[in-house]
Amino acid sequence: MSRLTDAHVALANEIIGRYPRPKSALVPLLHLAQEQDGYITRDAMVHIGELVGVTSAEVYGTATFYEMFKFEPVGKYVVNICGTMSCALMGSEELMHHAEQRLGIKAGGTTPDGMFTLEHAECQAACTEAPCLQVNYRYRYRLTPADLDELIDDLSAERLTHEIPPHGTVAKVRQHIPSHRGVGVVAPELVTESPAWLNGKAAL
Amino acid sequence: MSTTESHNEAEIVVDPNAVSMTINGKSVTARKGEWIIAAADRTEDFIPRFCYHPRMESVGMCRQCLVEVEGPRGPMMVVSCMTPVAEGQVVRTDTDIVKRAQEGMIELLLANHPLDCPVCDKGGECPLQDQAFSHGPGESRYVEEKRHYEKPIPISGLVFLDRERCILCDRCTRFADEVAGDPLITFTHRGNNTQVMTFPDEPFASYFSGNTVQICPVGALTAEPYRFKARPWDLQQQESTCTTCSVGCRTVVQSSRDEILRYQGVDSDPVNWGWLCDRGRFNFQSTNSPNRLSTPLIKTESGLVAASWTVALDETARVLRHAQPGSIAILGGARGTNEDAWAWAQLADALGVDMRDAQLDDGLPAEIFGYPNATIDDACSAATVILLAPDLKEELPVLYLRLRGAAEKKKIRIIEITTHDSGLTRYAWKSLQYEPGHQAETVQQMLSTPEMQEQLGRGSVVVVAGRSNLSEAAHHTMAVVDTIATTVSQVSVLPVLRRANVRGALSLGLAPRGSTDAAAILEASANGKVDCLILLGADPLSDVPDADLARRGIAGARHIIAIDTFLNNSSAHADIVLPAAAYGEKDGTTTNLEGRVTNVAQSITPHATSRPDWMIAVELAALLDHDLDILTLQDIQTRITQTVGGFDGLSVSVAVRKNGILVSVPPISPLQVHHDAAVKRNAYEFRLVVARKLYDQAIGTAMSQSLAALAPGAGVFVHPHDLERVGAKDGSSVRVSNTTRSVILPVHASVAVTRGTAFVPFNQKGVDIRELLQATNGVTDVQIANIS
Repeated sequence: MSRLTDAHVALANEIIGRYPRPKSALVPLLHLAQEQDGYITRDAMVHIGELVGVTSAEVYGTATFYEMFKFEPVGKYVVNICGTMSCALMGSEELMHHAEQRLGIKAGGTTPDGMFTLEHAECQAACTEAPCLQVNYRYRYRLTPADLDELIDDLSAERLTHEIPPHGTVAKVRQHIPSHRGVGVVAPELVTESPAWLNGKAAL
Repeated sequence: MSTTESHNEAEIVVDPNAVSMTINGKSVTARKGEWIIAAADRTEDFIPRFCYHPRMESVGMCRQCLVEVEGPRGPMMVVSCMTPVAEGQVVRTDTDIVKRAQEGMIELLLANHPLDCPVCDKGGECPLQDQAFSHGPGESRYVEEKRHYEKPIPISGLVFLDRERCILCDRCTRFADEVAGDPLITFTHRGNNTQVMTFPDEPFASYFSGNTVQICPVGALTAEPYRFKARPWDLQQQESTCTTCSVGCRTVVQSSRDEILRYQGVDSDPVNWGWLCDRGRFNFQSTNSPNRLSTPLIKTESGLVAASWTVALDETARVLRHAQPGSIAILGGARGTNEDAWAWAQLADALGVDMRDAQLDDGLPAEIFGYPNATIDDACSAATVILLAPDLKEELPVLYLRLRGAAEKKKIRIIEITTHDSGLTRYAWKSLQYEPGHQAETVQQMLSTPEMQEQLGRGSVVVVAGRSNLSEAAHHTMAVVDTIATTVSQVSVLPVLRRANVRGALSLGLAPRGSTDAAAILEASANGKVDCLILLGADPLSDVPDADLARRGIAGARHIIAIDTFLNNSSAHADIVLPAAAYGEKDGTTTNLEGRVTNVAQSITPHATSRPDWMIAVELAALLDHDLDILTLQDIQTRITQTVGGFDGLSVSVAVRKNGILVSVPPISPLQVHHDAAVKRNAYEFRLVVARKLYDQAIGTAMSQSLAALAPGAGVFVHPHDLERVGAKDGSSVRVSNTTRSVILPVHASVAVTRGTAFVPFNQKGVDIRELLQATNGVTDVQIANIS
């Protein structure tokens, strides 16, 4: 249960500054919270509400729409095995059984050491590479049960940290938008001119 | 000013925005921008709907209002709640295709809706049930298991949610966000499991939560006080006016077996738009309270004992007869009807009573009505609204809704002049904070800035004036109202005195004579100059800001006669207590803050032997040989229309119409305003601000079990920096003292409070801040010391 750290509050304010209305920053800030704690805590939602000026209920309403936001602690690695048509035909069910046995949990569960959460997923749009899965939303293609074992070994041994950051990290390299290019807090209906840097390029 | 129906129709005929269209072959005149469903509502053709509500933005959520509109490529199915009318538009609501679509929608809505109507509170008045009959297919093809949820979930102390009944129409959530400004309920888990929810473990703590129950088109939201109490077909109902505060919201009072069970809001265009606050909606519980007075009481050596009306009235008459001339005083009358106030004023006249006041030193002088009067609609359509008022969200919640709505839609600009952030601060164009006693400077400064001058020159200006701080003298507010009224053009005043019929009582003869107001009367009583003090539904010991003055006044009166519904702090000291009929137990009329007279209706028999105030006055007058020649309520109404200036247009047939009638007020001579120099505060002290919260220890709230627990309790609020200065922790106890007395209160930090001031809610359970207030002081300064 934690609010955003001071460093994250500074970042949150930078993010808020990119939007004409503070509440537009809700989803990026929820990602920030999930990056901080691995899942979205109750306190973080209250804090985000304070930062963007909406009620906690509104933050909750927005956050719960997204399956990828978690409200309970999950493993460091969330493994989503696709179970839709192409993957199902190519053996995703065996893959899931294997994963369940290997990790000793059922789909939806988390290993006691907090390393893995196993989930069923719907189509991940990689049908030509079936069966596929995602680890913290990073793809792995055409897996056999042996490949899965290797993947789990690598993850357990922290051999893939360069490629797959802990659950919640959207991207390791964070993009910053300089404040002079941010729109800043202003009601859209009051904006009559384009920002200076846009310089008539809106049509491009 | 009154927007009567005929007035509106006349307007549409000459309106350049008028469009003509046909609905089911009949021609209909509508206004550009209107939705088809709104135009159809003026015809006989009913379009079924669940999410559409005329007082909220359309969302097209339920798809039940599908109709056919003739288009260039033939008839097209549209949702009538989101399709605007157009010139020459051809709408059909009764074709086979429309019927199939509507039946399909009902079938889909019922796929998951439980058929538990026999045990559902909404059964019998349920739009889903009704429209399933009128516009449904009659049977369902679904055989699958329906959704199940844990039920019911209390989403607040007053409202329960049965999620499986919800059809996701977005009415309650839209109301909370759009109308009330408290978006504490929202759709969560959108998708297959969309549901209405609060933030986990955080209640839907809105002052307006009861409205969501009223507008829920199914039984998903139910109110705790009505749950499982009655079936709609067992209810008798009377249209009436809420008398909890002076806004005068129209209601229907519903009762069964001689007990009031529910109030529902009625849409009155100039007043409440169908909304009620929770205090007004649920305080009927106090009417049914077992603590009500049931017989007259007479003081004996062993305390107050029950007596018959004959004995009690004889005894009252004897006390009045033996009082020295000029030594009778009447306090109160603002909680009754116009007829009650008039009858008591007549009795007072007959007895030569000069000491009378319908207020308890907690309002503004009656001269506030002497300025050009504004209505609620005027305020909601003015270019500028200047608030010199208490927090409207706390005191006059539905007026807050109206002004908030107007400000949100950018129809008005609010300039708030306040001691602390109020419910409207967020919506104000400018919010100017002042320290009590310095409002004159703040207003002078404001009037001198070019930006303000430009704004005030943009059109009409409405000053909303009330007693914002009970720990400072009313003349501070009166002086700035006067300054604004005399320097700004096109200005009018909306007085926001709080008690329900204070305006009626003051207009019908219970206004103070000269400067002898409630404070002066209590002072006279303390000095032994009052032989008989009549408390007409008044409780000075609880309501007069200066507690010491009230105590001395009550102690000094030789005899006290109380006419009340409950034995309260003051009437417990009375020699004779006469039980009065409460709201819902008597007919009559009431006057709201803008001077609108509407009816209040009797729904149940008065509790035990209690009688309406007017009847008591009439009987007493007869016993005192001053027969008022009154036998019925109608006699009083006739006499009021004949004798009271401004009320001449009043007739009951007008008052019972939901918009009532606006009475004009006879010109009141302008007030002798004294502008005194601002009082300096020494830097170690805090200037006190004392104001009401919606829920306090007022008898109607305290005696309603659903509301009593909602009162926040006593405490003192200071700015966080000031709390540091005091050296106390949030929640710890501090000693708050003036030069002579002190009280101990828990202290809380609040950024809403101006630095250097301390805010204390009035009449809360716990320590009474009134101990520190003195009527003779212009302002109250206190020291706050950490004692933990």
